[in-house]
Amino acid sequence: MTPLRIAVPRGALFDETLDLLDRLGLDTREVRDNDRKLLFEDAGIITMRPSDVPTYVEAGAADLGITGKDVLMEQFERELYELVDLDYGHCTMVLATVAGEDPAAEALRRLGVVRIATKYPRIATRHFLETGRQAEIVEVKGSVELAPLTGLAEGIVDLTASGTTLRENGLVVREEIARSTARLIANPVAHKLKAPAIDALLERIDAV
Amino acid sequence: MVDRIPSGTRDFLPDEMRELRAMTDRVRTVFERAGYGEVYTPALEYEGTFDRADMNASRPAYRMFDEQGNVLVLRSDMTVPIARLVATRYRDAEPPFRFCYFAHAYRGVRPQRGQSREFLQAGVELIGAGSPEGTAEVLSVLCAALDAAGLETYRVGLGDASLYPTLLDGLQVDPARRDHILTELVDGDFVGLEREVKSLGVDPADADLLLRAPQTRGGPKVLEDLEGPLHTAVTGMRAVHALLAPNVAERIIFDLGLIRSLGYYTGAIFQVYDPAYGVPIGIGGRYDELLGRFGRPLPAVGFALNVERLHIALTSEEQGRGRLT
Repeated sequence: MTPLRIAVPRGALFDETLDLLDRLGLDTREVRDNDRKLLFEDAGIITMRPSDVPTYVEAGAADLGITGKDVLMEQFERELYELVDLDYGHCTMVLATVAGEDPAAEALRRLGVVRIATKYPRIATRHFLETGRQAEIVEVKGSVELAPLTGLAEGIVDLTASGTTLRENGLVVREEIARSTARLIANPVAHKLKAPAIDALLERIDAV
Repeated sequence: MVDRIPSGTRDFLPDEMRELRAMTDRVRTVFERAGYGEVYTPALEYEGTFDRADMNASRPAYRMFDEQGNVLVLRSDMTVPIARLVATRYRDAEPPFRFCYFAHAYRGVRPQRGQSREFLQAGVELIGAGSPEGTAEVLSVLCAALDAAGLETYRVGLGDASLYPTLLDGLQVDPARRDHILTELVDGDFVGLEREVKSLGVDPADADLLLRAPQTRGGPKVLEDLEGPLHTAVTGMRAVHALLAPNVAERIIFDLGLIRSLGYYTGAIFQVYDPAYGVPIGIGGRYDELLGRFGRPLPAVGFALNVERLHIALTSEEQGRGRLT
C-alpha cells in the first residue's frame, strides 16, 4: 500500500493517468474494474471529475493529484504545487466562432462588446482583458458549441484536442489562448511532510 | 428574515470558545514563562504605518476614514504594529524586547475552512536579538507553545528568505527575469520555474542547481548532502540548528524552497505544519530591516500561529488518534 493518496481525474485524462500509475508501480486493476466506486484505499487512489482535483489536493484530502493545466489556469488562486508536466492530454484553449465572416469581430466593431459562452469564465475574462477588448462572458455548464449556433453568444472559449467537435458544429478556431497538458500537483504540506515518498514517485516519473 | 454576517466571518459559541480559551491559556503560559510579556495594540492603524512596512501580498484589505479624513486600516498582522510600538514606546529603552500577543488580524481571503477575514493570531516578537541565537530562541518558544497546545505530530519547516535571491544574484540574472522566477516559486509552479530557468541560458550545472534547490527538503541529512554554492547558502540554517535542544531539533524540516510572499522577511523563515491538516498553521521568520523603517534599526524575529487552524489541527489529531486506538 502506498503512503500517498492520489486524486485521479475521470474523463478524458482517465485512461492515460491509469497507464502512468501502472508504470509507476501502482495497482490500478480495481480502479479499472469499478466504474462507480470512488475511493480505492489499497491503491491510494481517489477518482473524481478533473475540476475537483485541485479542491481535494488543496485541502489535503489527497496528497497528490493529476489534472489538466486548463483546470489549474481556471482555478489559479489555489494554494498548490505544480510539480510535473506529464506530457499527455495535449489540447488547446481556443476562441472559436462560426465559419465565414467572424461574427465576434463584427460585434466588437459595431456593438463594442462581444458575447462569449464558456465553461472557463476566468480564462475567457482574462484573455479579453489582456487583449484589450470588452466581452460579456456567459457561463454554461454543458455543450458550449450550441451557444453561437443559437444566438446566445457570438463566440466560445473552449478546450479542443483534435478540433473535430468544433468542425462538426461549423465552428472555426480564431485565436489560440493557451496550450494544456496533464499536470501532477501536490498539497504543499504533504510536499514537505511526505517528501521521501513524493520524491521517490517523481524519480520514477522521470525514469518512465 | 435572517440577518446575515459577512462571508469569511463567523460567530463563536460557548463550546468552541471554551476549547479555544483553554488552548490559548496554555500557550500564553509558555510565552510568559519564556519572558514574553503580552501587549495589545489598536485594531485600527493609520494607513501610513502599514505602507512603511512593504507588505506585498498581505497589505491591509479594509480601509476607512476617520472624522478628519485620515485613512485608517484594519491591521493585517501584528508584527508591523509591534515594530511601531517598539520604535515609539521603547525608543530609548535597552534591547532586547520580548513581547507576545493574542490579537485579531484582518485580511481579504477566500472564505474556506480555516481561512477568515478576521482571525486570531497568537505570536511572539523578539526584537534586538540577531541570528542564530535569537532565531533559535524563538523556534524553541514556538515548539514549546505547540507542545502546550497539545499537538503531537507537528513539524516546523525552516528555510531562508535570502537563499534563492542570493543564488540568482550569484548567477547575475537580470532583474525582470529574476522577478519572473521568484513569482513562479511563490506560486509553487515548478513546471513554470523549469521553463523560466531553462530559458536563462545559464550553464546546465547552474540551471540544475536552481531547479534542485526548491525541491530540497527534509531532515539534517539534506544539509549534509549539499555541495558548492548551496552548501555555503545554508550556513545560517546550520548555525541555528546547532543551537537547538534535541526535542526542538527533531521537529525541524529544512526546506530550501520555503519562500514567503511577505515583503519584510530577510533571513530565516519558518512555517508550521501538521500531517493531520493540509494547510500551514503558522508562519514566522527574521525581519531585520523592518524596525529600521520605523527609525529604530534592530534585528528581529518572531512567529504568528493562526489559533483557529491550530484548533482544527488539534481536533484532527485527536480524531486520528481515536481511530488508531
